[in-house]
Amino acid sequence: MLDPLDTPPSPRLAWRWITIGVTVGLLAAAFAYVAGWLTPRRLTPARIVNALQDNSGLHPGFRRNHAKGVCVSGYFESTGAAAPYSSASVFAPVRTPVVGRFAIPGGNPYAPDGGTPIRSLALRFNLADGQQWRTGMNNSPVFAVATPQAFYEQVLASRPDPATGKPDPAKLAAFFAAHPETAAFRTWAKTAKPSASFGTENYYGLNAFYLIDTASQRHAVRWRVVPEAHDDSPSAHAADDSDYLTRDVQQRLAQGPLRWHLLLTLAAPGDPTNDATQAWPADRTSVDAGTLVIEREQAQDSGDCRDINYDPTVLPHGIAISDDPLLPARSAAYADSYLRRTNEEAGAPGAPHVDAHSAERKP
Amino acid sequence: MTTSATFHPLARLLHWTMALLILAMLFIGVGMVGTVSPKHSWLLAIHRPLGLAILLLAVMRLTIRLRRRPPALPGDMPRWQCYLAHASHWLLYGLMLAMPLIGWAMQSAGGYPIMLGDAWRVPAILPENAALFAWLREAHRYLAYLFLLTILGHVGAALYHALIRRDGVFQSMALGVRDRGRVEEDTDLVEEAEATTSPPRPE
Repeated sequence: MLDPLDTPPSPRLAWRWITIGVTVGLLAAAFAYVAGWLTPRRLTPARIVNALQDNSGLHPGFRRNHAKGVCVSGYFESTGAAAPYSSASVFAPVRTPVVGRFAIPGGNPYAPDGGTPIRSLALRFNLADGQQWRTGMNNSPVFAVATPQAFYEQVLASRPDPATGKPDPAKLAAFFAAHPETAAFRTWAKTAKPSASFGTENYYGLNAFYLIDTASQRHAVRWRVVPEAHDDSPSAHAADDSDYLTRDVQQRLAQGPLRWHLLLTLAAPGDPTNDATQAWPADRTSVDAGTLVIEREQAQDSGDCRDINYDPTVLPHGIAISDDPLLPARSAAYADSYLRRTNEEAGAPGAPHVDAHSAERKP
Repeated sequence: MTTSATFHPLARLLHWTMALLILAMLFIGVGMVGTVSPKHSWLLAIHRPLGLAILLLAVMRLTIRLRRRPPALPGDMPRWQCYLAHASHWLLYGLMLAMPLIGWAMQSAGGYPIMLGDAWRVPAILPENAALFAWLREAHRYLAYLFLLTILGHVGAALYHALIRRDGVFQSMALGVRDRGRVEEDTDLVEEAEATTSPPRPE
C-alpha cells in the first residue's frame, strides 16, 4: 500500500483522520482554556477592569481606577540606611529621579475631591543602573480586602444605583458582612476626613515585599512615606470647589518642594506578608531610607506620569514581591487598563475616541 | 552538493526544541494576560528571557535554513499544498523572529525596564511612546493568534503527511531518523518516501 489515497476509505484511514483532528482540536482547546475563553466566570484582568469601568462610565484615555490625579516629579535622596537590607542601588546614598502621581480613587476623572477620604501616591524611581522601582500607595494603612476575588466583589457591590447615582447601601452592607477582613479598613474610613492636601498625607505601600541584601537574605518589608508638612495650615478652598487638591499642590510647590520620609518597616517572624488588610504591630523596626522630594507638578493629561503604568511589581534587583495575592492581580489589571487607555490615545481601531474637550465636561 | 531527504540533524534538533519553547511561550503569554492569580507574575518572569532565547535560536535556525536547502517536497503533491507549505514555513520563520522583537520593542515603548532576571536588564530598543506601545502590544496579541493558527495548520499538515500520505515528509524532520542515504535498513516509510520524493536537484 504505497499510496493510500488510491485505496477506498478504510476504518483505519478514518481513525487516522480522527487522530489528526483530535490533536489539532485539543491544542486549540487547550489554548482557549488557558486564555480563559471557555470559563466566563474565571476572574481575569479584563473582567476586573470591566467592572471598574461599569461603575464609573467610560472615560477614554484615562486610567480605569484612580482616574483623577496630577503628575509630580522630583527625586529621592537616600540616606544609605536601607542599604544593609537591600542591594537595590536606590538605597545607596545617592539621589534618584522620581516621576509620581497624586490621585483619588475611582474611574471618574471629574469626581469631586471631597467625595472620598482616600488619596494615593504612585512613584516611579528611575535608578542609575536603568532598573526601576514602581509603587502605588494609598493613605489608608491597610487595604479593604486581601484577595483579587474580594476586590472584584467589592467593586460589584459599589456599583452606583442608576436611580440615585450612589452605591446601594444594602449591597455594600451585605458585602462587608460577608467580608469581615474589611473591618480594619472600615475603622480607618469612619474617622478619616477628606484631606485638603495631598502634601500632608501618609502614603502606605499596602502590600508586603521582600528586601534582598547582598548576601541574598530576604527581609519582609512594608513601606510608607511620612510627610514633613502637617495639616496645621490647610489651604482654604470654597465649598463648591471640587478640584482643590490639584490647586493645593500647585500652591504648595510654588512656595517650595514637598518632602516625605520613606520608612521601611521590617517584619518580625510570623507577621503576615500575604494579607494587606492586617497592619503589622506598631513596635516593628522602621528604617528611614531617605527623603522623597517633590518639586514640580504637571497636568496629568500632558505630564510625564500620563504614560506610566504604576505596576507595583516592577522592582529593581534587591526588592521582590511577596506572596501577597493582590500584587500579581494589580500587575495584571493595571496592564489591562494601561493597554485600554494607550489604545485610546493611539486612536487604534475599535478603541473609544478620546474627547479633546473632555476636560471641560463635568459628570 | 545535493539535497538530502532529511533535514540536517542540527536543524531537526532546533525544530523540536523550538517547537516546545514556542508552544510553551504562546501558552505562557495568553495565560499570563488571562489571570490575576500568582501565576501572572511568574509566567511574566519566564516570558521575557524565553522570548530572547527563542529569538537567538530563530536566528541560528534561519542561518542554517538559508545555508542548507531543505528536502524537496514530494513531486506528486498538489500545487496548492506546495504553495501553502512554503508560505506557512516562511510565515513561521517570520513570526519566530518578529514576536520576540515586537515584545522587546513594545516593552521599550511602554517605558518598562526589560528585566530578563532579577538583575539582568537589556536596553530599550525604542523610545518611550504610549501610542507606539499600544500598536505594538496589539500586534503582539494578534500575531500570537496568527502564530498559533499557523502552528495548528503545521501540526495538521505534518500529521497528514505522517498518517495519510505517508510520504516521508514527516520523517524528514523526525528525531532519531538518520539520513536515508546512509540507512538502508530503515523502515518501509523511507521506501515510500523514495517512491514519492522528487529527484535531488543540483545546486
